[in-house]
Parts: sequence; structure tokens; C-alpha cells
Amino acid sequence: MFDFSIITQWFHSLLTGVLPEWVTIGIECVIVLLFIILLYAILAIALIYMERKICALFQCRIGPNRVGKWGLLQVFADVFKMLTKEIIKMRQSDRMLHDMAPFFVLAASFLTFACLPWNKGLEILDFNVGAFFFIAVSGIGVIGILLAGWASHSKYPMIGAMRSGAQLISYELSIGMTMLTMIMLCGTMQISDIVQQQADYGWNIVRGHIPALLAFIIYLIAGNAECNRGPFDLPEAESELTAGYHTEFSGMHFGFFYLAEYLNLFICAGMASTIFLGGWAPLYIPALEGFNNVMAMIPGFVWFFGKTFFVVFLLMWIRWTYPRLRIDQLLSLEWKYLMPISMFNIILMALVVCFGLTL
Amino acid sequence: MTLDIKTIAPSELRTELIRLKDQEKMDFLVNLIGMDWGEEGLGVIYMLESTETGKTISLKAIAEDKQNPYLPTVSDLWKIAYIYEREVFDFFGIKFLNHPDMRRLFLREDWVGYPMRKNDPTELLNPLRMTDVPLSDSTKEYFLTPDGKISEKTHTVWGPDEYVVNVGPQHPSTHGVLHMRASLDGEIVKRLGLVLGYIHRGVEKISESMTYPQLLALTDRLDYFSAMQNRHALCMCIEKAIGLEVSERVQYIRTIMDELQRVASHLVYYACMAMDTGALTAFFYSFREREEICKIFEDNFGGRVIQNYNTIGGVMYDIQPNFAEEVKKVISNIRKRYHEYNDIFTTNVIAKGRMEGVGVISKEDAISLGTTGPVGRASGWNNDVRRRHPYALYDKVDFNDIIRTEGDTNARHWNRMEEMLESLNIIEQLIDNIPAGEFQAKRKPIIKLPEGSFYQAVESSRGELGVFIESKGDKTPYRVHYRSSSLPLANAMDTACRGEKFADLIAIGASMDFVIPDIDR
Amino acid sequence: MKNSTYLGGILDATKSLIIGLKTSIKVFFEHHETEQYPENRATLTFTDRNRFCLEMPHNENNEHKCIACGLCQMACPNDSITVTSQMVTLEDGKKKKQLVKYEYNLGQCMFCNLCVTACPQDAIRFNQEFENAVFDKSKLILTLNQPGSHCMEKPKPAAPKAEPAPSKKED
Repeated sequence: MFDFSIITQWFHSLLTGVLPEWVTIGIECVIVLLFIILLYAILAIALIYMERKICALFQCRIGPNRVGKWGLLQVFADVFKMLTKEIIKMRQSDRMLHDMAPFFVLAASFLTFACLPWNKGLEILDFNVGAFFFIAVSGIGVIGILLAGWASHSKYPMIGAMRSGAQLISYELSIGMTMLTMIMLCGTMQISDIVQQQADYGWNIVRGHIPALLAFIIYLIAGNAECNRGPFDLPEAESELTAGYHTEFSGMHFGFFYLAEYLNLFICAGMASTIFLGGWAPLYIPALEGFNNVMAMIPGFVWFFGKTFFVVFLLMWIRWTYPRLRIDQLLSLEWKYLMPISMFNIILMALVVCFGLTL
Repeated sequence: MTLDIKTIAPSELRTELIRLKDQEKMDFLVNLIGMDWGEEGLGVIYMLESTETGKTISLKAIAEDKQNPYLPTVSDLWKIAYIYEREVFDFFGIKFLNHPDMRRLFLREDWVGYPMRKNDPTELLNPLRMTDVPLSDSTKEYFLTPDGKISEKTHTVWGPDEYVVNVGPQHPSTHGVLHMRASLDGEIVKRLGLVLGYIHRGVEKISESMTYPQLLALTDRLDYFSAMQNRHALCMCIEKAIGLEVSERVQYIRTIMDELQRVASHLVYYACMAMDTGALTAFFYSFREREEICKIFEDNFGGRVIQNYNTIGGVMYDIQPNFAEEVKKVISNIRKRYHEYNDIFTTNVIAKGRMEGVGVISKEDAISLGTTGPVGRASGWNNDVRRRHPYALYDKVDFNDIIRTEGDTNARHWNRMEEMLESLNIIEQLIDNIPAGEFQAKRKPIIKLPEGSFYQAVESSRGELGVFIESKGDKTPYRVHYRSSSLPLANAMDTACRGEKFADLIAIGASMDFVIPDIDR
Repeated sequence: MKNSTYLGGILDATKSLIIGLKTSIKVFFEHHETEQYPENRATLTFTDRNRFCLEMPHNENNEHKCIACGLCQMACPNDSITVTSQMVTLEDGKKKKQLVKYEYNLGQCMFCNLCVTACPQDAIRFNQEFENAVFDKSKLILTLNQPGSHCMEKPKPAAPKAEPAPSKKED
């Protein structure tokens, strides 16, 4: 597996050779920032296109097919349209909070986005409590959503925001629990280490078998709920609350929510592929040497994107199949089912790890 | 059928109605029709029916005071009278004493005059206004003081402390321009009020200046998912009044079309129910099959939704030669696909959780609220007009009554789904035996109804749809009234939604399956 | 029927959810078809029962069948037809009603077909031209009789003489 840190190390030493260290780090930060923003935008466009096509196929339609070949330019056209739209200032809204809200959501999404391991040696934020950091910063998003609902001075957004608060805080517990389960299996919180282990010993979902599979399912459900996607799209619930917490947003402010929603989907799927499906680690089947060599030839980021988009497809499949839950059902699902099961699952995983029952 | 209307003095009206309700078990108020008899004055026709014996009776009461007419309310006897009386007040200005909420129903609150009165200078009194009057939060109740004068007191509808959410008139899940005001306590609906009239076109008023054939064009636009049945009702009413016999072939065609329309309507219902609970994919499943029915409609009458098919004495065109074949194809296709609807939505644990035990209407309430159709049948009230007053070929075909007793959203949903299959059965019994014959009976070019009152009900996709025509022997009707099947359903929302969650309000609304132009007319 | 235990409930729920997933993925791989409208113009077919716009057929001699009786105008529930006629004196001294202008307001039409059934001469019919969108409401008011057209002579022995004087029309 090609290690990207060789390139980054070389680049770093190249710069430090001519420039003082603080300038080097400054330049590197700017480059990484540009890289993240670019990737963020490209992924958002890809995801929106993917969602439209997949949703269409589930719904006996064929999806966008007019703008560009196979409708490829449709999303660009939509983004362009959104950029030209006026950002409407409402008279009775809390102007400052209202304007700030989308950036909170976006910031949370950016920070979690930076945690993902793209390839070996291509992690942006990678330190010894990486998984912990991931859970922590993903919680910032709820502030943005609550602010959006509160500052809009409107009833639908308010209900949407309150639902969202209850929902995100509850489901964060399950996400934390399942990640804890997997951390227990790996024995480290550093994301690069988690992936490296899986490259060495096999994917976590195989290694941890039953408890890992349970954790994977719970993670998918809770992750879906964290992204506010159907069947957990209550904060938006377009048939009840028109657009939920972002009803009163227009133009690019709405666009930021929209963007963050899709990227959260990607981040959720990316984290699932990192901690369960081995991140950039290639498929490894013990008996087949030739097959494994071929698999190892495929670059790590292809593996990572492949797995992530597979999980994204799973989440879309779920979204376009089920009706929406009601708020009390949503909470009882979390507190009566997911929480107890994931707690039980932690114990199960502890036993599995203790007695060395991992595969 | 010709209505035999008994006249009764306003002073005895209430005691007589109480007697009818308690002793003769006339527990279903079919209709409450306001009338302006000109010289005789303004009054109301009450049409009652007993759900036990099936006996019907019609009463008419003319208010004594012509300038400021009033009658006693019956809204405490039949819950449906609450909204009917508001409608009559709105159009005729008849005040119902002790009715707790005498606001206008369809027209704006700044409307002047009562447009359905024969001598009302509607256009003079109501020029285009450039000012907006916000919805009033209070209402009036009229009562008679001991010295015989009308006095009024004011009630508050929505208090200042209530968290009132406007659902509509622009809302994705009200299926049109229905405006509901829900008072919320957190997520729980405390009370629900209706604000109607956003698509009110005054069909009944327009009808008074139209000839009978011209009336037909308007019925398709009332309940557009039961267009065929609406027009069937009006055609039958006129045919029976002038004594025109339609051929056997026409009866077959009309019955088959009615049932096809019902299937199409229930497919749309399924789609809306799924969409309102968030299952957008299921929405497209049923539209896929509805498309085929629409295709048949288009081939046979050139319209998909607005069909213009039934005419007085027959139908507009003969059916296409491949009609039977196409219909059979659709039937087998729907039967094949039917399990998909249930697999993806109805049997799903989430959908079940959203529907079971939600929005319960008891049988007594259902009868009192006049919720006919699948909604009433979900509460255990067998109210099928096809059974009660068979018309067309419904006394010749076999079909099961689909009755459930739970009265919740789930029962309403399953009722519709099974009725769809039952309709397919009915079509199957008829489709192969369509007899030869003329598709349009010979009739005079100018149609005049004999003097009298006529009423004909059909089972439309969402309940009893009745057409009431009062004729003075002219070529235009004196008064036309449609018993809307959706208005009682919308009125029942308040009863069904109290204490349920806000999300349930949407699901219950979808399970009622009302069509707004039918409510507003 | 319904499993009331905690685990049983979870199993039932999971089963129903999996059935849902199975159904949707089956449809996912089915063949989907959407009519591609402007491209499929050539293959788009309508029966003669489709009613899109009223027309008055003219034959090759620029003749129509309308005798300006006005029955269609009376039958119309929406007043979307206006027939303007004039009395002309024929050469043999008979007076005859003649069509001057047949105005039809497409924007008001309900397509109820009453005018066509009312017509004693089969002079009007609905056509299947459905692309009637215009930018200006006034363009929806159509004049159905072509300029210079006149009523078809009945194939009666009556008048083998010269055709009636071509009525002068402004449009």
C-alpha cells in the first residue's frame, strides 16, 4: 500500500529548507484548507447527483437527464441558481443568529470531514483521541440547527429545531456507544491506527463478528438519524413542517444547510467505512494470495471512496424505502431499543476482546 | 328520487327533530340545505336518515322573520350540523340560535350580504377590495332573549396564549388550499379549526343560471378524483326527474367507469398517504398503475381527470372496441402489484406505528359527523350508498361490504385498499357482459324538470355524494345543492385529531382523503 | 399474530423492514420509462376523443359548414364562443343568415363538448393540437373561420348559379 506520508514529508522538508518553520506550517495549512474546501464542494455535487439518480430509480423514474449528458450538469446548474438567489432578510428574525446558524452547521461538518482518513498517510486531523474528537465536533451541528429554528421567529422552524435538538442529542449517544465498542476492539482512538490495524488484521466488521455487525447496524441507524435523513428527517419533515428548521432560509444560506446535509451523509458513511469496513485497507482474503495482490494494487483512496459510497448507497436505499417516524417513536426507538442494545453490545464486545474471541 | 318534503313550523322544529332523533332513530343528518323560496321566505331543508331502519325523512322549515331570519340550531343533536349551519348562515344569512360559532364558512369575513339569496346584489356590495382583513379570533353566538329579541354574545375561538399553527392554505400535505388552524401544546394538537373557501367558486350559485346540460360540466370539477361518480349522480337525478330511461349498455358502462374511477381515486389516496407519512417511493408505485387507468380514460373520453363523459340519457361516446381487453389488463396488473403497496408501506413497522390507534372516530361520532364512505365504514358504520339505495347495476353485482370497527387511521387505510380489490371484482363481473344497445337515449334538446325537489346520492370514492335539485319547471334549476362527501370528513378532523401528535394530524388528514374543491364547491 | 415480547417485537419489525427493502430494490432494477416529451412528438398519438382546441374545418374551396345559427353559443356554459352574423339577401330575394366572425376563447373553454353536440351541421369539432401555450392572453381568442371563407352550399338543386358574393371581412 502506497504511503502518502512520503510525499507530505518530502514537501514539508522541501519547504522548511527554504522557509522558517512557522511560515511552512502556515502555507501547509492554507493548502490543506483549499484541498478540503475543494473536496467538500466536489463531493457535495457528486452526492446530490447520486441521490437524485438513485432516488429516481427507486421511484420508477429515470432522474435528471436534460442538462448535459445524463443530466450531469444538473447539479452545477442548481448550485449556480442557488448562488444567484437573494438572501432574504426577515424583519422579525434575530438577524445575527439567523445569519450565523448555517455556518455553525457548516463548521461542524468541516471539522468532522477533516477527521476522515483518505489514504495511508493522508489524514488531515490525526491525533491520539481522534475518534473522541470526531464525536465531540459532530455535536456542534445541533447548535446551528437550534439557532436556525430559534432565530427564524417562525413556528414551523421552531418545532423543527426542537425536534432536531431532541433527536440529535439522543442519537449521539448511540453513535458514541457503537464507536466505543469498536474502539474497545482496536484498543486505540487514533483514526490512522484504527485503519492500520484493520489493514494488518482484517476489517473490524469481520474481526469483531457478531458485536461488530450489531454495532454496524446501530451505527447506520443512528448515523442516519444524525444526518437528519429519512426515515429520521423529522426536523425537516417536508410533509409536516414544509422545510423544518430551514424554512425561512433562502439563497446560499439555505444552500449551506443543504450542502452540510449531504456532506454529513458522506461523513457518516466515511466513518462507518473507517471503523467497520477498514477505511483505505484493501480486501484481504487469507487463502487467495494472487487475489490479495491485485486488491493491494488498487490505491487506498479508491478503496476508501468505494466503501464510503457503498455505505452511502445503503443509506439512500433506506431513505427511499421507509416512511417517516413520529417524534415519540423516534425517541422510543433510541431509548428503548438502540441504547440498551448498544450497551449490551459493549459488554459483549468486552467479553469477546477479553477472551480473545476475535477472528 | 323525488323528495317528499314535510313543512314544519319553526317553533315546533326543534321538538320534532329531537323526537325524530330519539324515538325514530334518525341519527344521520344527510343534508341541511338552505333555501330562498322568494315570497315564502328563507328556510332550511333537513334530510334525515335512520342508520338502523334505513328510513328517510325530509323536513322543511321556513323562518318567520323575512328580514332577519332565524331558526333553532340542531348542532347539538348532530355534530355535522355545526358546519352545515355555518354554510347556510354564510350563504343565506339565516341565524341559528344558540349555535356556538356563527362565523362565515366559505366567504371572507369582510363579505357584505348573503349571495345565495335571490335578491342579493352581490356584485354591487362586494367590489374588489384592496384592504386585507385578518382572520378574526372571536365568534358570535345568537340567542333569543326572554322578550323575543335576538341578542348576541362573543366567544373567543383562539386565545392569545395559544400556540396556533396555521397548516395551510399553502402546505404540502393539505392536498390543496385547505387551511387548518391547530392549537398545539408542544407536539400535541389541542384543537383544530377549519378556514375554508380558498377555492370556493360558488358552483351552486352559478348552477342557478345554467341549463341542465350545462350543469354537467361543473360536476367534474368538484371532487376531481370522483369526477365520474359526481356526474353520474347529477345525470341520474335529472334522468329520474324527467323520467328518461337509459339503456342497459349505459348502465354497464357507467358502473364500470364508476368503479374504475374509484380504483384510480384509492390509488391516489394510497400515494398521498404514503407521501404524507414520508414514504415518497411508495407514492410513485401507485401512480404507476393509476397511469394505466388514466390511459383508458383518455382513450375513451379524451380526458384523464376532467372526463366529461356522462350525459343526460347516456354517455358522450361509446366505449372503444378494445375497452374490455384493456380493463382486464389493468385489473390483472393491479392485482399483481397490490402486494408491493403493502410490502413497502402498509405492513411496514414504521407505517403501522404511524397508523394504528391514531385518530380514532367512534361509530356514534362517525354517524353524528356524517363521515360516509370508507371513513365511516372504518368505524363500523355500513353506509355504502350502493347498498342502502342501489343505483345503476349495484343491485345486480356481488360485492362485499368492507367494514372495520377500529375507527383509526389504519382501518381507514385498509378499508380503501380492500375496496380497491372489491371494485376490481365488480368490474370483472360486468366487463364481459356489456350488452349491445344505444349509448345515448333520445331526448328533447331542451330539458325542463317538472316542479319539485329531487335528490340522488351515489357512493363516490370518498362517501355519499348527493345532488339536490329544486325545480320550478324552468330550463334552469331553482336551486342546486351538492352534498359534499369531503366536507364532513374535513369537519371530522377536529374530533379525530384532538390529543394526537402534530405529525398524526397530517396522517389523519391523509387518511380522510378529502378533496378541497369538493369541500368548497 | 403480533409478537408482544421485546425481542419478538424487534424481530417482527426487522422482518417487515427487510421486506420493504426487498421490494424497493426489486423496483430499483426494473426497467423505467419516462416519456421524453419534445422528442417523442412524432410518436405521440391521440384519439379523436381528445379535446384540445376547437376548430372549424374548411374544405379546399375555403368553405365551412357553419350557418351561424348560434346554437353553440347558447350551449356554451362559459360564454367562450361568440358568433357574429349578418343577414344577406341572396340573389333570388331570400334572406339568409351568414357568418361574419366565429370567435372562440380558448382560455375560457372547459372542453365540455356541448358546442360540438349542439351543432346541427357538424361545422365545428375539437382537434388534437395540444401545444396551445402563448405568452399573451389575448392570443387565446381565436377566430375560427378563415378569412374569405363562406358557408358551403348545400348540394341541393337550389343554386347552380354563381357563388354568393364573397363577404368582405376585416381579418
